[in-house]
Amino acid sequence: MAAEATSRSARSGTGWQGLVLPLLLPSWLVIGIFMLVPVALMAVYSFLTKDFRGGIVWQFSLDAYDQFFVERGLFGDEPPLPNWTYITIFWRSIWQAGLATLLCLIIGFPTAWFIATRNPRHRALWVFLITVPYWVNLLIRTVSMRFLLRDHGPFNEMLMAIGLIDSPLRIINTDLAVQIGLFYSYLPFMVLPIYAAVERYNFALSEAARDLYAGPWTVLREIVLPTVKPGIVAGCILVFVPSLGAFLAPDLLGGARTYMIGSLIDEQFRGSAGNWPFGSAVAMILLTMVLAVLLWQVRVATREKR
Amino acid sequence: MGLVQTEKLGNCGSLQREAVGIKRVVKCYGSFEALKGVSLSIADNEFFTLLGPSGCGKTTLLRSIAGFEDVTEGEIALYGLDIAALPPEQRPVNTVFQQYALFPHMSVRENVAFGLRMKGVAQAERQARAAEMLEMVHLSEFGDRLPSQLSGGQQQRVALARALAPRPRVLLLDEPLSALDLKLRQAMRVELKQLQETTGITFVFVTHDQEEALAMSDRIAVMSAGEVQQVGDPRTIYEAPVNRFVAEFIGETNVLPVTVSDVSAGRARVALAGCRDLIAQAPEDLSPGAHHVSIRPERLSLADGGEADLTARVERVVYLGTDLQLLACLPNGASLTVRLQNTARTSLPLQGQELGFQIEEGAVRLLVD
Repeated sequence: MAAEATSRSARSGTGWQGLVLPLLLPSWLVIGIFMLVPVALMAVYSFLTKDFRGGIVWQFSLDAYDQFFVERGLFGDEPPLPNWTYITIFWRSIWQAGLATLLCLIIGFPTAWFIATRNPRHRALWVFLITVPYWVNLLIRTVSMRFLLRDHGPFNEMLMAIGLIDSPLRIINTDLAVQIGLFYSYLPFMVLPIYAAVERYNFALSEAARDLYAGPWTVLREIVLPTVKPGIVAGCILVFVPSLGAFLAPDLLGGARTYMIGSLIDEQFRGSAGNWPFGSAVAMILLTMVLAVLLWQVRVATREKR
Repeated sequence: MGLVQTEKLGNCGSLQREAVGIKRVVKCYGSFEALKGVSLSIADNEFFTLLGPSGCGKTTLLRSIAGFEDVTEGEIALYGLDIAALPPEQRPVNTVFQQYALFPHMSVRENVAFGLRMKGVAQAERQARAAEMLEMVHLSEFGDRLPSQLSGGQQQRVALARALAPRPRVLLLDEPLSALDLKLRQAMRVELKQLQETTGITFVFVTHDQEEALAMSDRIAVMSAGEVQQVGDPRTIYEAPVNRFVAEFIGETNVLPVTVSDVSAGRARVALAGCRDLIAQAPEDLSPGAHHVSIRPERLSLADGGEADLTARVERVVYLGTDLQLLACLPNGASLTVRLQNTARTSLPLQGQELGFQIEEGAVRLLVD
């Protein structure tokens, strides 16, 4: 009987073995066609020459990268200088995304902690509430944010009604508005992974630490944060990476002076003055940066495991 | 051994200080009273056990001493100092947790040194003390491992070393052996007791395992439904239980309904249906009438032709190796368990056989319900 069961499971085991390849094929196709091919295409385009009507000419050129990094002057005979225009845009994107990540962490961690420490029966409801905004398209939510924050919008009207300010605050079209938009858009991406980590946290560890003469803040720093760190890191990546390339918030809430990478790339492909190789090059530079951050994170994580 | 313990206890009472003083402690969760006015006095250098079934409030009491629960009413004093209002980190007690609660991201050595680091002990001294503690629990070679790389028994030792490293005045142990397998549990009992004797630290041990409690404790407090039922050394608890709960919870016993006639000087004449009258140990203030007696199974022996105190029909014989357990039926229908030593001379009783049993002198105890 036992032998029969073993042989049956072995037979079904080999049966599954044979199915592994066909079952994996669809996901490989999806990843291949919709992710790898476009990225490869982008990489190739960034080394081609731009066409004047948008599109590309199949001729190798480093013009796109040259345009990004080097200032050549109008007539081409001045000495080449570093071009700060795009680097400034990158820098603004990095600190905006970094700040959004930090704010999401500061607000998201206590939120996740709150949910994870509720009665288990109510946790699912809280998680559900966190995801409710995602039922509405991000574009629509960002447009509503514009409406809320404008000079005579509800937010300013309310502050004036309660007498906190005399004239409307200038929020819309500033870095602050972009920051609010990013923070609002990506907060749940911070809350959910941290929630998953805190939910698995063994609260007896906190008690053990208190018992061994650690105060509440020491417990947070020495025991809680190191234990739930994987969740925090995941949350930070999930907020930082899309914030870096975001274009809805800077486009709709910001102005000319709050330009971010996402808008810069967007403009190269959609405008009539588009420059596909340049847009591709910017995207490749962004991709390289993101990969660098991720690889660094992986290295840190594996070093800790050892 | 019982004698030695009694002597030691005599000393405790007169010479030694009170380590933990618990006075009328009440703990409510909403309308549920987990502790209903518990008072206990635990002596310095004592191995004191809180014993009871799950939900009796023993863990709540331990957590109240540690500071994890705020008591609703009452006082908790540690060497005369009221600690009820102090947070856990300011109480000079340490705890060994049921599931050990070792810090998973710290090495064994860092775990053991954690309490010392929090107390601000210098690095060199910390390392020396951690090494000393690891040696004490035979884990010197494991200092650099992570807790997850150790077996359950080894984790248990790390938890002990971690809790003992800061030299607490009192060590609290919350069912520390319950996650170990039987062999390991029995070995750890001896080790824990030795550890308590060598360190001289007062141990407050929580368990639901009466055998564990009897094996290690200087004194035991038996708890039930948020109240202390009896406090005493293991022998008193086992041999002179004050009420039916204690008699039934500690060890195996036969609880039989009887009729009490005259009571005098701590003895009572009891009538057990279908048997001749017996003399039982009884509390002074017992009134005649219907009561229960407790007779331990090992205090019964085969009459073997001598005069039998009671007769019963054997229903089942359970062979336990060192012992034989007889499940028998008294003439009035009550069941009786008898434990006989398995000696070479014993021929196995047969099922259905009517046997006469003798009861050891003083083995019949009247119980207060």
